[in-house]
Amino acid sequence: MRDRLYRVEAIVLKRSDFGEADRLLTLYTPDLGKLRAIAKGARKPSSRKSGHVELFTHSALLIAKGRHLDIVTQADTLDAFLPLRENLERLGFAYYLAELVDQFIEEAAENSPVFDLLLHSLQWLGEDATAPALLARFFELRLMQYVGYRPQLFSCVHCGAPLEPVDNYFSADAGGVIDQKCVETQREKVAEHARDLQPISLNALKAMRYLQTREWVSVRALRLNAETHTEVETLMQRYIAHHLERNLKSVEFLRELRASVSAGRQA
Amino acid sequence: MDTTPRAVTRLIEEFHRLPGVGPKTAQRLTFYLLRAPKEQAQSLAEALVQLKDRIVTCSICTNIAEENPCAICRDESRDRSIVCVVEEPLDVLALERTREYHGLYHVLHGAISPVEGIGPEDLRIQELLNRIRRDASTKEIVLATNPNLEGEATAMYLERLIKPLGIKMTRLARGLPVGGDLEYADEVTLTRALEGRREV
Ligand SMILES: [Zn+2]
Ligand SMILES: [Zn+2]
Repeated sequence: MRDRLYRVEAIVLKRSDFGEADRLLTLYTPDLGKLRAIAKGARKPSSRKSGHVELFTHSALLIAKGRHLDIVTQADTLDAFLPLRENLERLGFAYYLAELVDQFIEEAAENSPVFDLLLHSLQWLGEDATAPALLARFFELRLMQYVGYRPQLFSCVHCGAPLEPVDNYFSADAGGVIDQKCVETQREKVAEHARDLQPISLNALKAMRYLQTREWVSVRALRLNAETHTEVETLMQRYIAHHLERNLKSVEFLRELRASVSAGRQA
Repeated sequence: MDTTPRAVTRLIEEFHRLPGVGPKTAQRLTFYLLRAPKEQAQSLAEALVQLKDRIVTCSICTNIAEENPCAICRDESRDRSIVCVVEEPLDVLALERTREYHGLYHVLHGAISPVEGIGPEDLRIQELLNRIRRDASTKEIVLATNPNLEGEATAMYLERLIKPLGIKMTRLARGLPVGGDLEYADEVTLTRALEGRREV
């Protein structure tokens, strides 16, 4: 058989136990999209592969085509994102980014901008200067754009008019912001395609526009007040849940981490 | 029309529900038992019933046991000042085989895994905290969760909760596997092995 072996670089998005001592990996690659492969013996401490196919590792892999599942025959770490692994908060966010990618990307769908976004975000997440929650918001807006769900933040999705610098409305259902005028004068018509209409403050809108259009080098310096951040976070979470039609497991974990921090402070 | 007797399909279905057992294996096991002597089938059935009837959870360490408290927690010769926290009952067996550890254990029954939706509240963490608060003889907690991401996350989480209680905490040394070659080691393993180096 020809082309039995192929080389890929990949980020390990997910892994589960398989058979006696193997691992089933969900890999994300720049050219082949998401794919699954078996790492034989990877659960044994003596395995020379296990560290190279650990979760969130960026690795160079040699994979053999199998009848049912492909098999990882060689693995070398390109970046293990070590700082991530030593901080529970940052690790929690890494789980979140990986779960988002896993959920929004279909198997074998090539999308190299998403790969670069994930790769860079895992690097940034490990940097001391990075506020992980801000990075998560940046990541969400970029990811939505790359998978074709870019929310419209510059003109009203109902009438198309450019948005005025005032408090407006947001609807995941309608795909973005709806201005005051439309909501006030045509509320029933608006409600037909915007069943989840909710207010969006001018500050939150400005923050989301900034996150959506600027590069991380600029975004990283952004300091949002807690109230605006929470508003953006809630809007984005609803937006994401609307498109996924389910909740993400890692969000629950991030919530628990936050709770344990405040519990630790009280103790 | 499927003419397979109900008793056969039922057992196939039961096997199929077990982890790692596919439909083919489930069929093979069922037909094996069908041909095996009646005593063997009976013995299997008894073992299954006893598993549920005779096994209890130790109220101190949450390990599975035949009696409560378990044999280790009852053993007066063990060092009660040190508690080793592991993920699974099988980890207790592995550590006992070394004959090097003489303290007590605490079994979490899993590790934090956000991907699988396993959070801290799904583990026996509250039991551990209660135990430490209740029993003043505990002086050291050894974190012996697996050296993978879930195990590390669990250890970091426990550290965060237990540190404020002012108890000494240690983590099993992580380093190079015996029998492996240095050149094949990944950077995380090598970094940890360097951190854990000791004077010779
Ligand atoms: Zn409008
Ligand atoms: Zn016990």
